[in-house]
Amino acid sequence: MRRPIRVLVAKPGLDSHDRGAKVVARALRDAGMEVIYTGLHQTPARIVEAAVQEDVDVVAVSVLSGAHLTLLPRIAAGLRDEGLDGVLLLAGGIIPDEDVPALKAAGVAAVFGPGTNTDAIVAFIKNWMEKGGADAARDRG
Amino acid sequence: MRHATGAELAAALRAGDRRALARAISLVEEGAPGARELIQAVYPHTGRAHVIGITGSPGAGKSTLVSALARAYRREGKTVGVVAVDPSSPFTGGALLGDRIRLDGDAPDPGLFFRSLASRGQAGGLSRAASDVVDLMDAAGREVILIETVGAGQSEVDVMDVAHTTVVVTMPGVGDEIQAAKAGILEIGDIFVVNKADRDGADTAVAALEMMLDLGAGVVSVDAGHHGAGALAAPAAAPQPQMEGAAWRPPVLKTVARDGVGIPELIAALARHRAFLDASPAGLERRRRRAADRLLAVAARMLLERLARRDGRLDSLAADVAARRLDVYSAAEALLSPHPMSSQRVVGTPGTDKPGST
Repeated sequence: MRRPIRVLVAKPGLDSHDRGAKVVARALRDAGMEVIYTGLHQTPARIVEAAVQEDVDVVAVSVLSGAHLTLLPRIAAGLRDEGLDGVLLLAGGIIPDEDVPALKAAGVAAVFGPGTNTDAIVAFIKNWMEKGGADAARDRG
Repeated sequence: MRHATGAELAAALRAGDRRALARAISLVEEGAPGARELIQAVYPHTGRAHVIGITGSPGAGKSTLVSALARAYRREGKTVGVVAVDPSSPFTGGALLGDRIRLDGDAPDPGLFFRSLASRGQAGGLSRAASDVVDLMDAAGREVILIETVGAGQSEVDVMDVAHTTVVVTMPGVGDEIQAAKAGILEIGDIFVVNKADRDGADTAVAALEMMLDLGAGVVSVDAGHHGAGALAAPAAAPQPQMEGAAWRPPVLKTVARDGVGIPELIAALARHRAFLDASPAGLERRRRRAADRLLAVAARMLLERLARRDGRLDSLAADVAARRLDVYSAAEALLSPHPMSSQRVVGTPGTDKPGST
């Protein structure tokens, strides 16, 4: 049996609003995934370390503080440094449309803004896993 | 790393590769091919860690206590592994694993490896994975391994089979004493902790636990002169000096884990218990019993796998049972029989049953 999809839901930076992150965590759990929730105020280094130790398929990061252009590229680079470039990196929170191309260039696979239906996030992850998940992402290089 | 063999992973995790350890834990959790080879490769390098199980009712503060202990051991310079188990939903298989929230500090600590495990529902799944995960962390050089249980149901007893020392955590004012006695929690604890001891009723909770532990150990003085009272009273009949070093009377400690209060005393009690296990026949007995339990669990799993594969017997016997041609006990005997199946026993051919006949 394939193990359940493991997702790290992380909340970096200084903002203290994790309602959105918790809603997403709950929705992913209800979709049969194992969700590791880190809590507030995580540094990029700690998020990367948690992704290593928990051997996750997906890292989902919520940023409301406006620091997404700093935090997300650092997390993406940290994952690459650990050899976790196959891990799916997703972003959520308040992220202006004009910043999305820069985030994607940095290694964020998709950005889900406010009002996103959680079903869309579940579908995105499941679709990525069906295509082979981290294994296939690595093999494609 | 995703495609490394068991032996490669074993070598890498022993060399301190955190990703290899993380990957190896996933393999044993899944019971994946390669998991057996992995445990075979690491097993000679295990047995050094002090494995501590933390169990107790939800809300008693297990996660906070685990992180306080991890911090204290790290201050002593010991490397720490944490295995935090949370329940999987029986309906979706999903799980929300939130025990990392209690970790703090800005920079990750290379001396601390924290892994969240979902219970994954399978019978025996928890204890099997937990034993294997502990072996992996042990082989990776973790000197102290803390296992935090789900805190409800059978799993806490399973974890006791894995841990050298089991700490039972409770808190004041929940009227837990009788519940504890019912749940068998008194029997599994080597150390009892009344956490949140800054709340009202802490001393009452301690006193109640002390009293019940004395009852359980048979050391209450009422029965002391009553030599014919049976096994329970027997230890009480022995003179006190002879019990020194022979038996472990679980201490009851007070902590406020959030503030680190009582943690040094708990660390000291844990060290005393480990020394007791190392020095006493009871420790050896416990190691053997734990080995026997684990051996039986692994053998049972292997047997099930073999029976399920064995020359198509399961399918044909199951078809017979479903069609009421054979009772389930006779079918189980036939499934376990070392002899080839006799042709007359199998009346039908597999796959000919109508779905409605089940």
